[in-house]
Amino acid sequence: MNPVLKLILEGEPLTTAQMGEVLGMSRDDVDAELQKLRDEGVLLGWRPVLNPDFDGEDCVRAVIEVKISPERDGGFDRIADRISQFDRVESCYLMSGAYDLLVVIKAQSLQRVASFVFEKLATVAGVNSTATHFMLRAYKEQGHLIARPEEIDAKPAVSP
Amino acid sequence: MSSSQRFVANHVAGLPKSGIRDFFAIVSQMKDAISLGIGEPDFVTPWHIREAAIYALEKGKTSYTDNKGLITLRREISSYVERFFGISYNPENEILVAVGVSEALDIALRAILNPGEKVIYHEPCYVSYSPSIKLCHAEAIPVATSADDDFAIDPDKLIAAWEPGVKAILLNFPTNPTGGVTERAKLERIAKFAVEKDIVVLADEIYAELTYDGEHVSIASFPGMKERTIFLHGFSKAFAMTGFRIGYACSTPELVEAMMKVHQYAMMCAPILSQEAAIEALKNGEESVLMMKDKYQQRRDFITRRFNEIGLKCHVPNATFYAFPSLQGTGLSSMDFCQQLLKAEKVAVVPGTAFGPSGEGFFRASFSNSYEQLIRATDAIERFVGTLEPAEAAAK
Repeated sequence: MNPVLKLILEGEPLTTAQMGEVLGMSRDDVDAELQKLRDEGVLLGWRPVLNPDFDGEDCVRAVIEVKISPERDGGFDRIADRISQFDRVESCYLMSGAYDLLVVIKAQSLQRVASFVFEKLATVAGVNSTATHFMLRAYKEQGHLIARPEEIDAKPAVSP
Repeated sequence: MSSSQRFVANHVAGLPKSGIRDFFAIVSQMKDAISLGIGEPDFVTPWHIREAAIYALEKGKTSYTDNKGLITLRREISSYVERFFGISYNPENEILVAVGVSEALDIALRAILNPGEKVIYHEPCYVSYSPSIKLCHAEAIPVATSADDDFAIDPDKLIAAWEPGVKAILLNFPTNPTGGVTERAKLERIAKFAVEKDIVVLADEIYAELTYDGEHVSIASFPGMKERTIFLHGFSKAFAMTGFRIGYACSTPELVEAMMKVHQYAMMCAPILSQEAAIEALKNGEESVLMMKDKYQQRRDFITRRFNEIGLKCHVPNATFYAFPSLQGTGLSSMDFCQQLLKAEKVAVVPGTAFGPSGEGFFRASFSNSYEQLIRATDAIERFVGTLEPAEAAAK
């Protein structure tokens, strides 16, 4: 794996200068590698991982199961792409099993989620049905536990 | 001195205090120090292993176990040791589960040593070796390993150290604190010598899984060596289970039975919860071990490169999570360097002398740490080395 990519996937927040120090590269080389990852479509962007409980005020998150009719040309792609273009849609995946697309959305209120589903999603030609599930509480977000276990006793600073 | 000192046995009174304890006393009084002095993984035990211990507790597993350890665990150990080290031990009578490899080593020494007998070991080494030998009223004969050999043992030196009365050779490869390993050909010479002189070999291979380039070789796997080797291993380092205190010894039925006698009277058995956790570690822990090893390796590459850039000559350790850089050219002894560094930059590393007199001129730095801490620590060490006398700095 690309060493820069490997390092950022570890998740430790380092400046590009620090990444360079770790990897024995100049800062410019790290920047160039990151740009290359963007250009290749590997690295899509940067976002902090926030605790959903503090993810802005009055924020509602929902996952929507969507059943759609595949098309002769392109299968599910055209409709999936059309749904994905909405700003409210955080993620959109084609799934195996009981439904076709899993759509993750975020909105300020329950009403806004509802109106998005009724007005935007359900009305897309080819969408046959939707089932909306509201998220109640997050326990783990992108690999981070929300409730951090309390530190009991610190380890000794020096040990054999 | 308190008057009750007169009650302390002579051979215990004569033991030196661990150099690490002295240094720990200084570090513990300092707030916000960055510590590269910790001899254990930075990771918490993988959750699936912790969860197995919790489940065992929920199921009411709170009893003693067989003195030798749960048979399920011994079977898992048997198949793991065969798979990883290529040595076959019968779980019924050739494996003994102990409270960490430390206990395993202690009972191994106590099982084989008569007062006055001698043990050859290599140094710098883990802090307990010489004291554990002396606690058996036996004599410890150190053989120094050197940075010129990347801290592998030189069989010629070991053979030259032999004298009448030597009962055992104690090997620890990969080595804490140097990260040294010893290649097959050298181990084969030592094995041949052990057969020639009819010597027992104690092989503490606690860091084996954390070997980065090439395969780990155990001396116990050589033809004819199983019958004279006590193979010592445990879960602390590779599985990040230091606090579980769980290890094991494997050898012939006769030697395991002898160790059993000491173990059953001193310890009874290893804690059942730790044994249950160890079963899970062996069944499903390989992925976690590889993940941690990969992270150690990247950090090793970083820290050794930095030490060499700073002018502290440092070999690239092929195993463990310790770097052991040289202080040559700084003009400071190990203890002075570590104390002054701590005072000036609040960075704690362990003086090489904590691991025996031949550790003079070196310090141990653990790289089981975050990049951010490693960067701050190495930058601080660079600043500190820069303040040393120009003449001394020029010498490097």
